[in-house]
Amino acid sequence: MILLFEQLLNGLQYGVTLFLLAAGLTLIFGIMGVINLAHGALYMVGAFAASWVAIQTGSFWGGLLTGLVASGIAGIVVELGVMRRLYARDHLDQVLATFALILIFNQTTVLIFGRQPLFTSTPEVLSGSIEILPGLPYPTYRLFVIAVGLAVAIGLYFLINKTRVGMLVRAGASNRQMVRALGVNIQGLYTAVFGLGALLAGLAGVMASPIVSVQVGMGDEIILATFVVVVIGGVGSVKGAFVAAIALGMFDTMLRAFLPATLQQVMPGPEAQALGVGISSMGIYLMMALVLLVRPRGLFAGRG
Amino acid sequence: MKRENLLLLVVFILLALVPFAAELTGQSSWIKLVGQALIYGMAAASLNFILGYGGMVSFGHAAFFGIGGYVVGMLYHHFDAGTLFLGFIPGTDQMLITLPAAIVAAGLAAALVGALSLRTGGVQFIMITLAFAQMFFFLFISLKTYGGEDGIMVRRTNSLPGLNMKDKATLYWVVLGFAAAYYLFLRRLVQSSFGQIIAGIRQNERRMAAMGISTYRYKLYAFILSGMGAGLAGALMVNFLRFASPDMMHWSRSGELMVMVILGGVGTLAGPFIGAGALFTLETMLARVTEHWMLPVGILLLLVVLTSKGGLMALARKIMGGTK
Repeated sequence: MILLFEQLLNGLQYGVTLFLLAAGLTLIFGIMGVINLAHGALYMVGAFAASWVAIQTGSFWGGLLTGLVASGIAGIVVELGVMRRLYARDHLDQVLATFALILIFNQTTVLIFGRQPLFTSTPEVLSGSIEILPGLPYPTYRLFVIAVGLAVAIGLYFLINKTRVGMLVRAGASNRQMVRALGVNIQGLYTAVFGLGALLAGLAGVMASPIVSVQVGMGDEIILATFVVVVIGGVGSVKGAFVAAIALGMFDTMLRAFLPATLQQVMPGPEAQALGVGISSMGIYLMMALVLLVRPRGLFAGRG
Repeated sequence: MKRENLLLLVVFILLALVPFAAELTGQSSWIKLVGQALIYGMAAASLNFILGYGGMVSFGHAAFFGIGGYVVGMLYHHFDAGTLFLGFIPGTDQMLITLPAAIVAAGLAAALVGALSLRTGGVQFIMITLAFAQMFFFLFISLKTYGGEDGIMVRRTNSLPGLNMKDKATLYWVVLGFAAAYYLFLRRLVQSSFGQIIAGIRQNERRMAAMGISTYRYKLYAFILSGMGAGLAGALMVNFLRFASPDMMHWSRSGELMVMVILGGVGTLAGPFIGAGALFTLETMLARVTEHWMLPVGILLLLVVLTSKGGLMALARKIMGGTK
């Protein structure tokens, strides 16, 4: 029971990380109509910048700031240099151009930092653990990640639903041409949304950096899961991204935690282990296929 | 003889001479390089049929390539161990059996994936094909019997009656023969009424439906045919490299196949082969010079996508004076 609860929290923590990535990706998708495979690269940029500064100065918070600035700048450079030319293109060109961006980002990172993973520790204040239930101590840092993720979700809710910028974002997601026709500075809005998405991806990277190993290719692994979240939630819907991210985060964590052991009761050890891990990795994709069969446009899709 | 056919014949003869050239110059790695490029060209050409002619952006094509390869690997594994696949299918190392088996297996997988994926479109189609490919990828990783993450070594290339397949040059010519046959097959297919319908669906699906054509069914047939082609290419690749691994169906491989199609020219017959040759040669050459070969490849790809429409084929036509 305690183990189950702990895994649920781990799932929640993975879920909010996915949400931080998916929120930006779904907005970029919904408003500009661009498939950005390189979103995971911005996550990597955030993680690397933060870890490097944290290792050099010993300050997690300095790293946090650097990571955010670095990913934000990288995002704006990508938008101005590449994305801007892709808005009018078809999905195929977008997939290829951003696939090329992944290669460029990954290799540049190898050139600067090498192939060795960077390891950082959690900040002093958050390094202990809190006994949230009798007999269940849980790392403070992971609770902090969950709190930050939920705070961002609430902040985004207000930004999108209660502000003028948010209104434009919503309008852009449901009818791009109309917003442009009404005389809104759509280029500025695009850059701002892309920058915001990059910032959130960077934040996810910074948050994850003490928990996962910071290495080249870390973005490629999580970006596929993020795409699954965006597609299940419905392209352009931040609410959908939130629901799907939390649900998938928990589902994926549960499978990985319990499936191999369950299989071991009916099969020999090593094979059960391998099969369990394999099926756990397939879980989210299976989920996406099932959701799309029932609702081809995702759970919370707008008219698009 | 038409100019196009003449050009094809010249290219075919030049490709057939590669083993002699390799022997003369002592560059035996040329055979391996060109052979692999030809096989990737077949895989890219099969993708191009649905992507370029049919307008279906499948991001999971490497799955069928890998399945075709694994059929060869698994049949060899059972042949070698003297065991039965699923308890009743004996293994074999006869190419006349393994290749058709690979084509059928890839076709069945494509039928399953296509039947489900084609219910969606646009971004969702791209992502659901990717999802299915990921599922196959993880499935094969979890099969410990067949090497898991490490894949299967195929110690000897499948045998073909009357030929010494151990000889590198013979194997190369077999591959070249398949590539040429596949090229001609695709040319027939594209010009057939079936191919015309597929192209019509790309241009305006609603109009084709209004003409009384069941577009879903035609798209599904095209998807299956395309998957079978990729399966054949995968089976040849495993024979050529004597190795099958889950890497064959990694999602970046699907991306690479798309890159080959775009680089060469979408919706052209020779484009995917040219694109595959260009990308594979570039990768191999750069990899010899620097371990950071992905950086120049990425920059080049970005420039091609941003600046050109139609890839290398369009560029070639421009240089040749634009006959078409």
